[in-house]
Amino acid sequence: MFDDFFIRALVAGIGVAFITGPLGCFVVWRRLSYFGDTLAHSALLGVTIALSLEFNIALSVFITASVIALFLIQLQKKTNLPGDALLGLLAHSSLGIGLVAIGFLSFIRFDVMGLLFGDILAVTTNDLLVIWIGGILILLTLRFIWKPLFASTVNYELAEAEGLNPDIAKAIFTLLMAAVIALSIKMIGLLLITGMLIIPAAFARNLSDTPKKMVLFSIIGGLLSVFLGLFSSLKLNTPSGPSIITAALILFVISLFKIKQTIKLKN
Amino acid sequence: MSLDKNTLVRLKDAGIKQEEKWLVKGVSLEVNRGKIITLIGPNGSGKSTTAKIALGIYKNYEGSVEKFTNKIGYVPQKISIDWTLPLRVTDFMVLTENLSADEIEEALSLTGVNHLVNKNLGNLSGGEFQRVLLARAISKKPDLLVLDEPVQGVDFTGEIALYELIKKISEKLNCGILLISHDLHMVMSATDHVVCLNGHVCCSGSPIDVAKDKEYKALFGDQASQTLSIYEHKHDHEHTDDGKIRQKN
Repeated sequence: MFDDFFIRALVAGIGVAFITGPLGCFVVWRRLSYFGDTLAHSALLGVTIALSLEFNIALSVFITASVIALFLIQLQKKTNLPGDALLGLLAHSSLGIGLVAIGFLSFIRFDVMGLLFGDILAVTTNDLLVIWIGGILILLTLRFIWKPLFASTVNYELAEAEGLNPDIAKAIFTLLMAAVIALSIKMIGLLLITGMLIIPAAFARNLSDTPKKMVLFSIIGGLLSVFLGLFSSLKLNTPSGPSIITAALILFVISLFKIKQTIKLKN
Repeated sequence: MSLDKNTLVRLKDAGIKQEEKWLVKGVSLEVNRGKIITLIGPNGSGKSTTAKIALGIYKNYEGSVEKFTNKIGYVPQKISIDWTLPLRVTDFMVLTENLSADEIEEALSLTGVNHLVNKNLGNLSGGEFQRVLLARAISKKPDLLVLDEPVQGVDFTGEIALYELIKKISEKLNCGILLISHDLHMVMSATDHVVCLNGHVCCSGSPIDVAKDKEYKALFGDQASQTLSIYEHKHDHEHTDDGKIRQKN
């Protein structure tokens, strides 16, 4: 069954949608979209380290992204620069270092485009195992820290005062973000992965009035984007990663009509 | 555990410094089971700061803070909730504790807002939101309640009803309450112990003692010390939330 590249791509995409759906909601709620972008940019550095040391790519990306996240927290404590400036600094410098490092690796055949925009049609059965097992672990962990993470997203002081340890939940969530990027970089690409986190969640926000519903719709939005994107990329011969993101955008635009209706009803 | 099992939180000479300036200094107090202790003082006197030290929100404090319970309900003075979150009242109620639908209903009824259970939190008025905050804090049946101006923005009749509720809760749950209030009438009539703050503890003791204290008079004026005499009478009836006299069962 997994012999067909298209089936493999679908199964990989479904896995990615299940992970990015819930995490994407937290990215929107906690205003972390630029943070996700920064981690994704650092992935290029992770990949070059993996290639030069002949190390597992996903693991290397995960470690690099986690280190960048730690570095960011330290910088926030030590400087007076605003958060977005620090994020930009880390995002582009890690991207720059990554590209410079690739220059030194000219002896390795290397598909930079695939890394930037993803190549979901090239996933192997092995990749599928990594995505699904990793994905299940990520979702179980998220389930485990849901209460403190969500409570501190609503209000940090309430969560802290009532003994939920929001700082630990936040640290674990940061690692989960790094893990998601490590798992999906090959499918979606480092320039588009934040889109996969944010757009289905934004679509879901337009349709939901409760947090759980938003998570559910975010997963559904991601799944629909994967189906629509992959089938249209097959039919129209367009690149697969960008097609998935375009499909997600179309869903988001459609969801805007639903808001218009509710606003009308209110008036 | 503390030797005295009734103590829920104990501050000894606690204070907090920010950029070489003391926000509040040398506060010693104890919240005990079944008692209401009130912090009063002018704006900026460190009431909320003291509460946050006791709650463990501020960690870089000086002095010692001992907490003997983890079942805490907190109503903060200011709460900024991001309205991009899709959040109904019922979702907010289970924020830190899992509650059944009945428990949610019961707590919201106590503060008179059970009709709002499925409303979006962002669409509530200030007073309604305050009632929801109080309901959330008591719904988990905490050992320790920290209420930072819990009735701000609530209408006049509601204010009295909520203060009576707070008093009733402390008896029913046998919990300790650390209350911050500007309403001296309430403080003097319903509190067991008063701590008067102005960057440090000016005076503390039973309401009667504090009202007689010179420092208290200096802070709040002579009029304030007379509130005691006005409020030393018993209520012979209760009001429902719409102001009607509640029928006794």
